[in-house]
Amino acid sequence: MTFRTALLLGSLFVLAGCSSSGNWGWYVIDPTTKNGASNIRFLLNGFGATILLSVIAAFMSMAIGMMVALPGMSSNRWIRLPSRIYIEFVRAIPLLPMLFWVFYGLPVVLKSIGINVSIDAFWGAIITLAISDSAFTAEIYRSGIQSINKGQTEAAKTVGLTYGQTMRYVILPQAIRRILPPLANQFIYIVKMSAFASVIGMQELTRRANELVVTEYRPLEIYTLLILEYLVLVLIISFFVRWLERKMGSDESK
Amino acid sequence: MPGDAHAIEIKGLNKWYGDYQALKDIDLTVDHGERVVVCGPSGSGKSTLIRCVNSLEAKDSGLISVDGIEMVDSQSIDAIRSEVGMVFQQFNLFPHLTILQNLTLGPMKARGLSKADAEARAMQYLERVRIPDQAHKKPSELSGGQQQRVAIARSLCMEPKIMLFDEPTSALDPEMISEVLDVIVDLAEEGMTMIVVTHEMGFARKAADRMIFMDHGAIVETGTPEQFFEAPKSERCKQFLSQILQH
Repeated sequence: MTFRTALLLGSLFVLAGCSSSGNWGWYVIDPTTKNGASNIRFLLNGFGATILLSVIAAFMSMAIGMMVALPGMSSNRWIRLPSRIYIEFVRAIPLLPMLFWVFYGLPVVLKSIGINVSIDAFWGAIITLAISDSAFTAEIYRSGIQSINKGQTEAAKTVGLTYGQTMRYVILPQAIRRILPPLANQFIYIVKMSAFASVIGMQELTRRANELVVTEYRPLEIYTLLILEYLVLVLIISFFVRWLERKMGSDESK
Repeated sequence: MPGDAHAIEIKGLNKWYGDYQALKDIDLTVDHGERVVVCGPSGSGKSTLIRCVNSLEAKDSGLISVDGIEMVDSQSIDAIRSEVGMVFQQFNLFPHLTILQNLTLGPMKARGLSKADAEARAMQYLERVRIPDQAHKKPSELSGGQQQRVAIARSLCMEPKIMLFDEPTSALDPEMISEVLDVIVDLAEEGMTMIVVTHEMGFARKAADRMIFMDHGAIVETGTPEQFFEAPKSERCKQFLSQILQH
């Protein structure tokens, strides 16, 4: 962590140093002025939406990923097939086109089959992020579960456990420790990809920065702050995950 | 009629791995209380044979019935597995659980025992394999011999009628082999029906009612330990015995 902190302070220094050149106009987010303070408040208020969006999408992605991963490991190829198709298909769609499709297209599709719902920017972004990420989560689960020795499943069978019990009590508790690091990676990825929600009007960090740039004409300062906002968010997540890994003993090399 | 049937009855069992035939027309009957030792060179199909008995390997053709239950569908496989305990070469203990949890998981989840009952039973079997003091440790804190004894106790907690041992001492350091074999001999003396795949010929002489020698997926020779060790009939068996008994 000390290295990260040093890096953070270092980059701040470099940025601050630039201000002497006269190209910077930090007044736009100077908390000592009334306008700057209100601008900062406006920008920081995006944290709530970004975090909420990411957390809900991540949990949905983990749930969908499990529902895709488990049949994907069946010995029956017809059970395996839909899961394979889902993963290959979803993985191939870039996030932004999928976001547009879900936001503008999905309501039309749903209406045509008699389901009349409007999808707002918040849920549009969550659905897109969750689905798009679930293909990767599913593959992480699969690699984690398949990394557990086959003898574990066999031993579970010989003591009478059903498939569900074997997963729940024997395989997943062991797999979860191994997949925690890549799963955390995916979560960080979701947090960053949530910036795309700005294009459909979701008031999260990036959208707010964009809006402020339009009124204040200071892209350099505002986007710099935006990047730092994401940096702080991701560092907090990293820190939390490290703690979780230690607690769960993910590092089996110890 | 489970009571009257043979413990294990196998007829015309075949098993293929792709183009490779691992078991060829195996016929084998094991009576209640009988102790059978299976030996043979590696790749001869001995492990595959006992893994077919509880359907860890699915048979391709032939009949298997255990304690009168014929193996036909997943329901009968579940019923058979509840009668058959198995001990593996690599122990296969659950590494994230304590010894006690390893022993109580099956009885609690599969048999619906209360925690207290399951733990009482677990402690009883840990006493039997002589390691009650390790109950709260994790498997990785135990020696190989201790782990294998825990694995035996874990199987016994399901109160099986038949025990299958798949090379139970092959992964052990030499000085730990006897502590595991002693436990198996105890079980044998108590009348447990068992099939043991092993190369421990001293154990076979002491505990087996019947020896089976397998090669290339077929049963080549079968007989009492006396017949088997003193007067093997087939050339292949003589050769095998001379190799493993040489030292």
